[in-house]
Amino acid sequence: MSVKAEILSQFEQVAREQKKRLAPLSDDLVLLDSGLDSLCIAIIVARLEDTLGVDPFNVTQEAEFPVTLADFVRLYDEVVALK
Amino acid sequence: MISLWHVMGAAGHLAERELRGVGGRAALADLAGSTSLGGRLEELRGRAVLLAVRDQLTAALALIELDGVASRLVVCPPDLPAEHLPFVMATAAVEAVVGDRTPGLGIVDVECTATLAPLTTPRAATVLTEWILLTSGTTGPPKLVAHTLASLTAPITRGSAPTASAVWSTFYDIRRYGGLQIFLRAMLGWGSMVLSSAAEPTGDFLLRAAADGVTHISGTPSHWRRALMSPSAPKLAPRYVRLSGEIADQAVLDRLRDVYPGAGLGHAFASTEAGVAFEVDDGLAGFPSARIGQPGPVELKVVDGSLRIRSPRTAARYLGAEAPALRDGDGFVDTGDMVERRGDRYYFVGRRDGMINVGGLKVHPEEVEAVINGHPHVRMSRVRTRKSPITGALVIADVVLNGEPPAPGPTRTELERDITERCRAVLARHKVPAAINVVPALPVTAGGKLVRHGA
Repeated sequence: MSVKAEILSQFEQVAREQKKRLAPLSDDLVLLDSGLDSLCIAIIVARLEDTLGVDPFNVTQEAEFPVTLADFVRLYDEVVALK
Repeated sequence: MISLWHVMGAAGHLAERELRGVGGRAALADLAGSTSLGGRLEELRGRAVLLAVRDQLTAALALIELDGVASRLVVCPPDLPAEHLPFVMATAAVEAVVGDRTPGLGIVDVECTATLAPLTTPRAATVLTEWILLTSGTTGPPKLVAHTLASLTAPITRGSAPTASAVWSTFYDIRRYGGLQIFLRAMLGWGSMVLSSAAEPTGDFLLRAAADGVTHISGTPSHWRRALMSPSAPKLAPRYVRLSGEIADQAVLDRLRDVYPGAGLGHAFASTEAGVAFEVDDGLAGFPSARIGQPGPVELKVVDGSLRIRSPRTAARYLGAEAPALRDGDGFVDTGDMVERRGDRYYFVGRRDGMINVGGLKVHPEEVEAVINGHPHVRMSRVRTRKSPITGALVIADVVLNGEPPAPGPTRTELERDITERCRAVLARHKVPAAINVVPALPVTAGGKLVRHGA
């Protein structure tokens, strides 16, 4: 599974578990408008650390917090590439 | 002067009573004319004595002999790290050491052994002995907690020490408050006692306890969960089963009720500092809310969610110039144990200092564990924190299953999902574990409590 596919799958999975209405997962989706709150995002980041083996938020301290879904995917792509 | 030996004699029946260790036994009547201290008991009179022996039977004999003789009796648990010994000795101003492994530490060194020698001077209690118990935090030196025989035995009433032919036992070491309570119950009643040993596997201990006809037995919920995993557990036929030292959740109470249907089942709330506050014997978790504010020898109140206790059973103070006050201005001990009222009962939800903070919302690991432990396939669990760059922390759970865990795959995933759903049904969202890890076992401290990191 590609990094992006894994991320999208976790968004859907966690939204289902947390009974959140998930906005359509387009590249320009603003994360704050995704329907997921910070607890959901925290769970997604933890699950991605388990499946992808990286936590970009710990690796790049000065990285700007991703605004859109595309930013979020790019952040993971970069850190996975460095691995 | 009333000493432990004196009250044992007053209880009577010494000839029928024994202390039974893993490697030997001692008849209580023999202590009338013999000693474990090699004829050197009188050298210890009026001195601050550190008791540091490995074997519990030897320790039990020394406790009986030294109360009323030593001015201060510092009771070292067997797992006290050697690096803390100088701190303990300095803080308690120790003058003499009774031991089997630390020669040359005290001004007077006395070797203690379970092989008794004749007592040359008749026993006489002339000193009000201060008992010092050690409590260990997760890190740093232990705290030294000062009790007297009176405060230690205050919880033991006629009703709580059913007597004839009782054989007491405990998973605890008797040098911890929970174990010492059982030892004193055995000594103040008519009982004998079977002593555990840290080196002995749980299954072997259960078989030995069963063979010795143990009737009254205590341990922490973690001790009991481990014991219930042993095929030897049903061999015991206790009349009374007691839990203390950790929160007794409904799941562990129900399982003990199933395995020991004929036994009285009680859970006690006690700590080294606060003493035994109360015992609950209706088989239900928590305690009746009417207990709070009730007049009587043990007064309870809840301040900022934590239980405070004032009674003659609490310790007097911590030793040491820099030690914090043990009681508040009104004489109450703040237990740091958080309680929550639901209906007409209070439930323990966890330790104040063990809280997990998920994005500003509080979670007590124990309240989540209580829910998980209620799952029919779960034996025990530990809820801990996982760092999160988003919320600071997340809650995750390690779970030990009843019986063989399914291999990783759909069955196991299904079970993990089922446990998560159970949590989701009754807990706030931030308290539901973000991950459930099935593990073969969970670590338990020498004191019988679940190991909690970062608590």
